[in-house]
Amino acid sequence: MSPIISIHGLSKTYKGGFQALKNIDLSIQPGELFALLGPNGAGKTTLIGTVCGLVTPSEGKITVSGHDILKDYRKSRQLIGLVPQELTTDAFETVWNTVSFSRGLFGLPKNPEHIEKVLKSLSLWDKRNNKLMTLSGGMKRRVLIAKALSHEPKILFLDEPTAGVDVELRKDMWQQIQTLKDSGVTVILTTHYIEEAEQMADRIGVINHGQLILIEEKRKLIQRMGQKRLLLDLQEPLAKLPDTLKEFDLELLENGLKLVYSYDSQKEDSGIADLLSLLGNQGVKFKDLKTEQSSLEEIFVNLVRKS
Amino acid sequence: MNLHAVLAIYKFEMARTFRTLGQSIASPVISTALYFVVFGSAIGSRIDSVEGVSYGSFIVPGLIMLSILNQSISNASFGIYFPRFTGTIYELLSAPVSYLEVTLGYVGAAASKSLMVGLIILATAGLFVPLHIAHPFLMALFLVLTSLTFSLFGFIIGIWADGFEKLQIIPLLIITPLAFLGGSFYSIKMLPPLWQKISLANPVVYLISGFRWSFYEKADVSLSLSLFMVGFFMAICIAIVALIFKTGYRLKT
Ligand SMILES: Nc1ncnc2c1ncn2[C@@H]1O[C@H](COP(=O)(O)OP(=O)(O)OP(=O)(O)O)[C@@H](O)[C@H]1O
Ligand SMILES: [Mg+2]
Repeated sequence: MSPIISIHGLSKTYKGGFQALKNIDLSIQPGELFALLGPNGAGKTTLIGTVCGLVTPSEGKITVSGHDILKDYRKSRQLIGLVPQELTTDAFETVWNTVSFSRGLFGLPKNPEHIEKVLKSLSLWDKRNNKLMTLSGGMKRRVLIAKALSHEPKILFLDEPTAGVDVELRKDMWQQIQTLKDSGVTVILTTHYIEEAEQMADRIGVINHGQLILIEEKRKLIQRMGQKRLLLDLQEPLAKLPDTLKEFDLELLENGLKLVYSYDSQKEDSGIADLLSLLGNQGVKFKDLKTEQSSLEEIFVNLVRKS
Repeated sequence: MNLHAVLAIYKFEMARTFRTLGQSIASPVISTALYFVVFGSAIGSRIDSVEGVSYGSFIVPGLIMLSILNQSISNASFGIYFPRFTGTIYELLSAPVSYLEVTLGYVGAAASKSLMVGLIILATAGLFVPLHIAHPFLMALFLVLTSLTFSLFGFIIGIWADGFEKLQIIPLLIITPLAFLGGSFYSIKMLPPLWQKISLANPVVYLISGFRWSFYEKADVSLSLSLFMVGFFMAICIAIVALIFKTGYRLKT
């Protein structure tokens, strides 16, 4: 399938000379849910902004469904709904008016049924006649989502949709995003919550200092995560690994005082039982044992630190 | 042309106007009434007439223009500055709208509002002094062109400004003096010759002169020159707006 968004060699240097994006290449497939992770100031919002038309790219080319975002901006923007990071709303407008306004702005005729459906799906129907300033932060966030959905976009950008949203509501929101994805909408979201990416994304991208340092399917990342280690503290140092233990993925550390066994926790048989009985047969005694798992969090932190 | 978008912006802006209808209309009407009391009655009673027109009636076109200039600039500059200030501009920038459409929506709404205010002042004036409009169509044309031109000008200020003070400063430092010295309250023929010459450098003179001609067929400069100058300012403003949008000045990063 041809990608719905393709970004080639994108760089952005802000006025004043700060380079916020460095030679980004990224393709998003139709219908996928892509999560963009990265620390503060990594360039997530800038990347989204360039695709949506808020930031002028310094270099590179972006197409949305084959339409160049600069030359063919009407066609490309028509397909995109954007939920910005900042809660920016017109304080004095009502929910209904502001969402209807967005639809008009995107060139579509009135469609009260659609607006009603969107507001109901976001639990905003009761608040439709409320002024925005009377809403809570979480409600405002949902109004911004409703605005973005008012024109029935094919692609939805969510810049930290769950920042400042309580745990309960966050779960709700994941559900709603999932529903959108199921209806065929391509979703690109940024987040600081790794569990969020873990829960929802098909693919995960990690950006730091304006560079995409990792793009990988979540499945593969989880596999990496599935790697666990068994750490054994030995009573007597072991000079070398006995040949009988060759079939195990073992490592000797700390002058032979520590034995580390790496295994796949996803597998039916971890091999731990076999290993321990073999060790017993060999007369290798240990004082203590524990297991360790590298989380997505750890992978992420390591990546960011290295880059 | 994304007409839905133009209409959406226009309606949004007009809704803002109607929400604050009281203050939108009360303040220009009150200040105009004050001008009538001070200049029309108190001082005007000592001036019998200017070029055959009673002083009270003579100042009506100038007062309307004064309000139109102020209203157009403040409406349009606030209209575009506010979304920049609050951040809601993101939606305009990410929508499939051309700059022409954005301008039509905002400037159209600002000009509509000043037209309304202008007509209300005209009606208010009718309560104080006898009014005679010799060329209603020409008057309407001047009203519309002036509203549009100065709404465009306000739009430019709203994009240029990076603080609320800057929104005020141009109207206060430039427009108000020009409007007062532009013959709102006198005919520039009443000035010494040197000041008459200097006044001709003031663009507002042409607006007021042409507008007043449409009422009383009395003008400081020729009608065609007035019309030409209005068109000229409009062209300059359109050119600046086009340039702003071409470069994304102060709108995009
Ligand atoms: N308008 C601007 N002018 C100059 N520099 C900017 C501008 N906007 C952002 N930057 C800089 O670009 C870098 C990336 O910013 P960006 O907002 O894209 O980060 P982010 O990944 O979204 O961070 P966060 O997680 O905090 O939202 C930051 O260093 C920021 O200071
Ligand atoms: Mg951000």
